[in-house]
Amino acid sequence: MNAVRTLAVWCPDWPVIAAGGSAELPGAVLHANRVLACSAAARVDGVRRGQRRRDAQARCPELTVYSHDPSRDARLFEQVAVAVEAVVPGIEIVRPGLLVVAARGAARYYQGELPLLATMATAIADATGYDAQLGVADGIFAATQAAFAAHIVPPGEAAIFLAPLPVRVLDRPELADLLVRLGVRTLGDFAALPRARVLARFGPDGAYVHDLSRGIEARPPSARVAPPELSVEMTLDPPIDRVDTATFVAKTLAEQLHDRLAARGLACIRISIEACTENGEQLSRSWRHGSVSTTGFTASAIADRTRWQLDGWLSGTIRSHDGRPSGGLAFLRLVPDDVIHDDGRQLTLWGAESATGPGGDLEQIDRALARIQGILGPDAVVTAVVGAGRDIGEQVRLVSWGEPRDVLPADAYPWPGRLPAPAPATVLTPAQPVVVIGADDKPVTVSGRCVVSAPLSWLRVGQQPPVAIAGWAGPWPLDVRWWDRLTTRRRARFQIATVDGAGLLLVCETGRWSIEALYD
Amino acid sequence: MFDTLGMSASAVRSLKTLAPDLLEQLRGTGSSELLPVPQALAGLFPEGGLRRGSTITVSGSSSLVLALLAAVSQKPGWCAEVGSPLLGSVAAVEAGVALDRFVRVAEPGEQWPSVVASLLEAFEIVVVHPPVRAHEADMRRITARARERSAVLLVTSEWPGGHTNAWPGAMLGLSVVGQRWHGLGSGNGYLRTRELDVQAQGRGAATQPRRATVRL
Repeated sequence: MNAVRTLAVWCPDWPVIAAGGSAELPGAVLHANRVLACSAAARVDGVRRGQRRRDAQARCPELTVYSHDPSRDARLFEQVAVAVEAVVPGIEIVRPGLLVVAARGAARYYQGELPLLATMATAIADATGYDAQLGVADGIFAATQAAFAAHIVPPGEAAIFLAPLPVRVLDRPELADLLVRLGVRTLGDFAALPRARVLARFGPDGAYVHDLSRGIEARPPSARVAPPELSVEMTLDPPIDRVDTATFVAKTLAEQLHDRLAARGLACIRISIEACTENGEQLSRSWRHGSVSTTGFTASAIADRTRWQLDGWLSGTIRSHDGRPSGGLAFLRLVPDDVIHDDGRQLTLWGAESATGPGGDLEQIDRALARIQGILGPDAVVTAVVGAGRDIGEQVRLVSWGEPRDVLPADAYPWPGRLPAPAPATVLTPAQPVVVIGADDKPVTVSGRCVVSAPLSWLRVGQQPPVAIAGWAGPWPLDVRWWDRLTTRRRARFQIATVDGAGLLLVCETGRWSIEALYD
Repeated sequence: MFDTLGMSASAVRSLKTLAPDLLEQLRGTGSSELLPVPQALAGLFPEGGLRRGSTITVSGSSSLVLALLAAVSQKPGWCAEVGSPLLGSVAAVEAGVALDRFVRVAEPGEQWPSVVASLLEAFEIVVVHPPVRAHEADMRRITARARERSAVLLVTSEWPGGHTNAWPGAMLGLSVVGQRWHGLGSGNGYLRTRELDVQAQGRGAATQPRRATVRL
């Protein structure tokens, strides 16, 4: 795949510049007593990233030290982002100090990459006064390196440009360290290795950076297009603190939002409900349309969610981290986060709620489940996904309603040690401790080599009289993750049938027996 | 039947050629009053199926619950479950329940009556594992809601023992009176098949107890 022609804008030593330093004066930003960034003048004196404060000041006594403040870096970089966006839309901020933008269309508009860079450099300097270096190359990684070198790499020559760079620019310190010790010092050396071998030795991440060093890049910079203003808001005066008042507001706003979306042929599948209290607390919660339906929220569905959310905030029933607001709600806004094209909806001929009763009506199901999620929180409503694994606990995964269900093929591989079907219909959580007594009237033990001390003959649950075991089978040993001291488990599983006909799944782990599941 | 007066001849013909069951659905009558049950269990129900709007208690077997759910799920229909312990998901797949149409709420807490009531609004069949100390007023209200919404409420009892018949308004109670597992030896084999003796007793047409032996 061809990497997208990308322009990178890099402001050198941005944390120092944002903190108020300049390239000519020695300055450094420190975090946790280590140098995080330093100005060019400081670098000349021998200050390096990662140095301790004392070492840095020893090398450069006149060093100005700034504290680390990521939000300040981001806030000030917004000026640069705005200046760039004025020249080319669709920017993507990689981190404060570095942003990338797809360059092809813009280069055509400005009749060449060089005029584009000139225009952009002027725009940034005029609007912000900050120094910026620009580079153009194929792909984000190559473009970033090009910006560090203030260079335009011709199309298709990213690999040649990257070849002499040291492997540490890949930003994988461990990998770079290993590569250097293996004698692979430059990206060119690394790129020359066979990809299959790199994948085998260093895994997918290794293969990814290998691709980068060959000038291949999968991810294009996303052309983020600002959506048209769709959100609706309302200032509430006097502030509302009662649910019934909130219902009216919710209904009005929901209809406004739905009309606004419908006018553009859109429907929304995720909505943010944002509110502000009299005392200035910000509350926000996103609601996603359930997974069963491909159509978006209806007006009444938006109103319902808004009402439930307001109800939750006002009554404090929803277990949120912010808890109950201290005053009434003074401001409310509905933001459609995720918008799709509305493909319409066909209602059934005689209406969905005829005498046939409920069931199958996805809209109703979504409403009912959203309601329950409103009462108990979004994670309370689940569906199960059965995947691969040796143990029932491994096989079953519970997915919250509305989240994507990634169903894996259950039997793609054999799982030695898995119990044969049928599976137990009741899985006890937590398992119920029991005592198992053998034919020799002693508690049964299972050795490290899975030898059972005596045939299983009695089962005692708590203080109840023991029950005779009519038949048993096992053990099915399970020795998992023996390489990891924290998660390793050794268990022996037994199936038993008692004289009264019940089937049980017993587990012996570290000498203790328990009933894990019932074949009832 | 339809008022065909004034309709064009071709329209009348096309109405008549509609499949009979589709017509029945359109009119909302007929067999749609009953939800299907597995063939082997049909003899336990006076009407041969689960009557919509009824409440049924099941004690002693989760597999029995899963078998009832599977028949509805394959219709295809939607099932829901409230309370814990949840029915085994792997066993549900083996029984034939479609997991993507089987929604569970494991920890409803004090809110369980309103959760069940919400589910009855939308689902055809709802399984409830009621808490040990459930108020009788809540139970009556839920039973009434099921009747009103034409949904089937399946109430399970706690394992072991329990209070199955304590649920007021239940039409029918299914209980396991005996079971035999086959396939286990002494240290060999595995649980292979099982025979379940189920007894059904209830009100109205079901006063006379019925028995069936099923392999599940």
